[in-house]
Formats: sequence, structure tokens, C-alpha cells
Amino acid sequence: MEKNKHFLVGIFEDQDELMHAVEHIRHEGVKIHEVYTPYPIHGLEHALGYKRSYMPRAAFLFGLTGGSLALTLETWTMAFNWPMIIGGKSHWAFPDFVPVTFEGTVLIAAFGMVGTFLVESALHPLKAPRLFDRRATDDKLVMAIDLGNNSLNEDQIKAVLKDAHAKEVYRKDFTDEDNKESFVKYLVDLFTKGVTSSSRKLG
Amino acid sequence: MAAHSEVHYNLDERYVFSDKAKKNIFIVLILGIVFFAIGVATLALGGGGGEHHALAFGDPNASVSAEGHHGVSWLTRLKADLWINNVFFLGITVIGVFFTSIQYAAHAGWSAALKRVPEAFGSFLPIMLVLMLAVFVWAGHDLYHWTHESLYDPNHADYDEVMVGKRPFLNTTFFLATLVIFIGGWYAFWLFIRKNSLAEDIEGGTHRFWKIKTLATLFIIFLAITSSIGAWMWVMSIDSHWFSTMFGWYMFASWHVSGLATITLTVLYLKGDGYLKMVNENHLHDLGKFVFAFSIFWTYVWFAQFLLIYYANIPEETYYYIERFTSATYFPTFIMNVLLNFILPFFGLMTRDAKRKEIILKVVCFGVLIGHWIDFFLMITPGVVKEQGGFGFMELGLIMIYVAAFAFVIANALSKAPLVAKNHPMLKESLNHHI
Repeated sequence: MEKNKHFLVGIFEDQDELMHAVEHIRHEGVKIHEVYTPYPIHGLEHALGYKRSYMPRAAFLFGLTGGSLALTLETWTMAFNWPMIIGGKSHWAFPDFVPVTFEGTVLIAAFGMVGTFLVESALHPLKAPRLFDRRATDDKLVMAIDLGNNSLNEDQIKAVLKDAHAKEVYRKDFTDEDNKESFVKYLVDLFTKGVTSSSRKLG
Repeated sequence: MAAHSEVHYNLDERYVFSDKAKKNIFIVLILGIVFFAIGVATLALGGGGGEHHALAFGDPNASVSAEGHHGVSWLTRLKADLWINNVFFLGITVIGVFFTSIQYAAHAGWSAALKRVPEAFGSFLPIMLVLMLAVFVWAGHDLYHWTHESLYDPNHADYDEVMVGKRPFLNTTFFLATLVIFIGGWYAFWLFIRKNSLAEDIEGGTHRFWKIKTLATLFIIFLAITSSIGAWMWVMSIDSHWFSTMFGWYMFASWHVSGLATITLTVLYLKGDGYLKMVNENHLHDLGKFVFAFSIFWTYVWFAQFLLIYYANIPEETYYYIERFTSATYFPTFIMNVLLNFILPFFGLMTRDAKRKEIILKVVCFGVLIGHWIDFFLMITPGVVKEQGGFGFMELGLIMIYVAAFAFVIANALSKAPLVAKNHPMLKESLNHHI
């Protein structure tokens, strides 16, 4: 369970400045929690030192699962549970099963990928989303640094951020209350207040 | 950001058709001729010719008549082999032009650095046209059941109402016309594209790009129609009674994968020779994606054609597959077809790393090329020689002769123009390509 979290948020306005800042800040030994940008920035994931996603492997395994399930279902129903002759073909008419097997593969792979992505990106309903700065969806590039995860203290990191030409630096705290995982609260808020709900901490 | 730092490449480099390359091609040619001679000798002396009467599977109409057919000899097999290679290499050639065209039509920037490679392929088109015409004039009667005059004579025992109905489409005049107009048209488009592309090297600017884009778009439309009709005419009509509405796509898919694999192999060869330094693993990754994706597309079309016929179970259609399934000659190649054209590229090129490794690309592209030759073998041979088909020294030799001719003409075309289109408006994007 997550406890109170304290972050430093740095706001950047220029893509190239951000890229240099990321390099500089990581060079200074500060661990960056995440960078939020309104549009994808090519090469940012390399600059942040992210490892390659395991999504392709997840997709392969989900696909394999889906394909096996579909083929098993067809085999069991058509050849064992209630054998039927259709169009003079044998009970286990493999060519006929291929389209369904294919569809099962695609379906489960797609569902699995969406699910994996939501869990991986912390966007699933049970998780209270953390919004650092609303302007990350508009025209600002937002960098979040987890104070609890860094050996440098707040003032030192602030100095590093300023040094890296951050236009604004401020501290942002998420309390226990904010982190409470309440699906009911989330849904109620979503319907009553829409995206401005209190379960989404807004900047 | 390493990707944005300026690296200077030699944009004026030219491919030199070295004596070593010429010698290698010459060795392939000589080996091919030797294999071909061995193959012909064994078949001609080993009782391959003469009085074998082929069994026509399933199809009562296509049974070999005594008159006009003198059994299936090695010569007929040779004619079928020539036609396989003709169609196969024609496909690879025209896909070079097609690939160039889709890059323009889609405003694709990544391929600008390597676009001279597929562009060079078009220079083989006139030779293909001559070969197609020559082989048809010499072998058309043995290749195409519909060329037999007796089918259209109401007083003859062979009279065939179905074939009479198909006659407005399936006749020699129309056939020759399609060959000349289609392949000639492709060549004309290529000449214009090439002319503009070379002029761009000197003039610069973007107006040549827009001209090529217009040409490319028109060519794609022209090819869409002509490749389909060509597929029915040149390949599907070998089994004169058989028809498949998916055939045009199916053959085009086969052509496309073969062409993409050849483009990839040519780029890899040039890189191995020290050219095209600016083409790095990012470009190879994209080429690999093309081979991977269109292998799957081929599988989809190939299987869809089979599934419809299997499911509908109409005798006029199913005999085509029965001929290939129940035969000890063709069933192993049928399996090879799936293994080489689907399983190999699907699992071989699935991961990102595989598409970026030259050795894996080489193995898969080579395997895919063999696979698609087999695909054309299965389209053409059973219809022509029935059970008497096979793969021996004669086939191997013929392939090597065609490969040598193709390689010589393409290398020659590559050496005639700068290897990089240095004034291509999207060259910078290609040089910085990073995925």
C-alpha cells in the first residue's frame, strides 16, 4: 500500500531543453519518477533510460492463450461433446477452425494488451490517478521527481532542476487520502463531478 | 541525442560493377548451364519422355486427348519450368517499380536513401517481356489447354462448351495483347519515373518529386488492374476450367513478398560490399517488417482461397487442390510452401531484434524466395505436366541462369546511376531515420 508521497515537479516549455535537462538531471544522480508530455517526444524514453517494454512478449503469450482456447473450444464442441458433420467434412475439420482460432488469438491478445497496458501505466479504475500538472495535456512538459526515492534532499534537487532550466519548480504532495483505492468513490466521483473529481488530484 | 548529430555520408557514391561481381555472376551462369545440361540429359535419356500419358485428376474435361498431345515429356516439363521462372522473375522485377511507387504515393521518407535499389529492378522489364513472348510462342500450346483449336470445333470430340464461353477472354490474340500492353505499360511507367528521378539528381527542388508522385499513383492503379488480369491470363488459365476469384490477389501477394525479399537481399549485398553506409539497422528493420507483414498477407490470401474452395466443395473448384494434395509429387512441396512462406518469416522475423540482424534477414529472405518459387511451381506445374512434375537439376540450373541474368542486369542498372538520390526531398529524413 502506498503511503504519503512527496514530489518535486519541474515544468519545461521546450522539447530540446527538456531532453538536455533529462540528461543533466540524471547525470547529477537524481532519479526521475516520470515525464509527462502533451505529445510523444522521440528519443525521450532512451534519455530516461527506460528498458524495452515487455508488451510484445505479453502480446505473444496472450495470443498463444487465445489461439489455444479457441482451438480447444472448437475441438471439444465439434469433435467430442456434440460431434456434427457439416458440409460432408470430418468432425475435426481443421481448415474450418482456422478463422475462429485466428479471431480468438487476436481478441485475447487485444484484451490482454489493453489490460496489461492499463495496469502497467497505472490507469486502471482501482488506482487513484495522480495528475501532477494539468498543463501536461496542453502546452507544458512536466517532470516529476519522487523525493522519497532520491538520496539528495529537496533543496538540492530544486537547485538541480533550476540548473537544468526548469521554468517552474514546485512541490506536490499526495496524501494517504488521495491514494486510497476506492473503486466506488472513483465511480461516484466520475459520474457526479466528471474529470474534475477529487479522486483525481488536480494541479 | 545521438540521432540528431550530423553524420556525413558520401551521397555521390556510385556502384561499381566490379570484375569480381561479374565473375561471380558468370560462375552462377556456368554452373546453371551445367546443371541444366545434366538435368536435361538425365531426363531425356532416363525415359522421361515418350509415351507417358498423364492422368488428369478429377476433371473429366481436362483429360489429355490423344490428338494434339504427345504425352508429357521432359520438354513439356522444361516449358513449365521456363514459365515458372518467367512469372516469378517478372513479379520480382515489377515489384521493384511498385515498391518505389508506394514510397512516393505514401510520401514515405525512410526509404529515400535506398530507393535506387528497387528503382533499378525495372530495367529487367524489357528482357522479361521478350522472354514471356518467346516462351509463349514456343510453349504456349503445351502450357495452355485453351490454345487447342479442337475445343472450339462443334464437330470434334473435344468440343467444350465451357471453353467456348471463355474464348473471348482466353485467346491467343488477347493473351499476346495483355503481355505487350501490361508489361510494356509497366516499363513505360518505369522509364518516366526513372527519367524524373535521375533529373532530380541534377536539378534538385521538389517539382520532380511531385511528378514522380503522380506517375507512381497512376502506376499503382494500372498495376492493380493489370496484375490481376495478368494473373488470370498468364497463370490461372493453365488450369483452363478452374477459377478462383482470389487468384489475382494471391499471385500479387506472392510477387510482393518475393520482390520485398529481393530488395532486402540486394540492399544487404550492397551494404556488405561497402556501399549504402547510410542504410542502417533502422532501415533494415522497416524492410524486415515489410517481408514479415506481407508474408502474413500472402498466408491470409493463400489460405482464404483454399478455405472457400474446401468449404464450398464444388467439384469444378476442388479438383485443383485434390491434384496437389493427393499427389506424392506435389504434397511435400505443398507443405514446404507453408513452412517457408509462413512459419519461417512469421517466427523468424517476429521480434524486433530479428528484423535488425543482417544474418537473420538474409536467411529468412532467402528462404522466402525459395518458398515463393515453390508457390509458383505449385501454381503452374501440376496444370501443365500433371503427375510428371518434379524438381531436379534442370529446374535448379534454370533458376541459376535466371538469377544470373537478373543479377547482371540489375547490377548494370545500379552502376549506371548514383546509388543515392542525393536531391530527394526526404533524404534527410531517411538519413535520420530512427525507430
